[in-house]
Amino acid sequence: MHSLDAAFSALADPTRRAILARLATGEATVNELAEPFEMTQPAISQHLKVLEDAGLIVRRVEGTKRPRRLAKAGIEAMDQWLAMLRKALEANYDRLDLVLAGMEKQKRGKKR
Amino acid sequence: MSKMTLKTEGDTHVLVTRRFAAPPEAVYRAHTDPKLIQKWLLGPEGWTMPVCITETKPGGKFRYEWTNGKGGGFHITGEYLELEPYNRIVHVERMHLPDPTPDNHIETRFEADGAGTLMTMRMTLPDGKTRAAMLATGMEHGMEASYVRLEGML
Repeated sequence: MHSLDAAFSALADPTRRAILARLATGEATVNELAEPFEMTQPAISQHLKVLEDAGLIVRRVEGTKRPRRLAKAGIEAMDQWLAMLRKALEANYDRLDLVLAGMEKQKRGKKR
Repeated sequence: MSKMTLKTEGDTHVLVTRRFAAPPEAVYRAHTDPKLIQKWLLGPEGWTMPVCITETKPGGKFRYEWTNGKGGGFHITGEYLELEPYNRIVHVERMHLPDPTPDNHIETRFEADGAGTLMTMRMTLPDGKTRAAMLATGMEHGMEASYVRLEGML
């Protein structure tokens, strides 16, 4: 069992969110994860440890490599993010509904 | 019942559909007229778009600038590739954070649907990694909004 608190604080860091986004496209090694960031491998490993302790990612052993992938909780966190993005988009389109209603009103007003 | 759908397709696409209770002409104008865009394309609570420039012709450029009024902000620039009033817009865009993200190629269709409009927006990203990063960036703003709400509750 991992606490919701640990997951929430793990997600509070933008680098860790970006790591999760990268892992959403598939398994990756520490080297592959470090590549897009201007960070040393130990710094990335530290972030990976936080994500692992929070239960968001898991590691596999493959020879000398330890590829990481999203754990079930990590996938759920990504789903929640997608839901938040959906909400922001929905808020935009709800506003657009009001703008369109206003345009229609203006058009009718001009017709007399 | 939610009127909007948002889903990924294949490795590189994002599909958004939404119905509106206004004809395609009005919905098309609300996507191209800066004064109208500034009223709705805002994202989370508290964000505004002080700069909105659209050169609505093929090859024309556009620029959207957002701010949260607390020093935070970013902008999008892009070019229109095709404009078919009032049915279709094809454009490319990139976010500046401040480094530009890879181009997002977007086709937006407005089809008459009864007295209203069915909008279909199809985004194409260069690869799966870029798509994941883009969705994560969108989520950044969602995250920020949720943290702001959380602050309000504490």
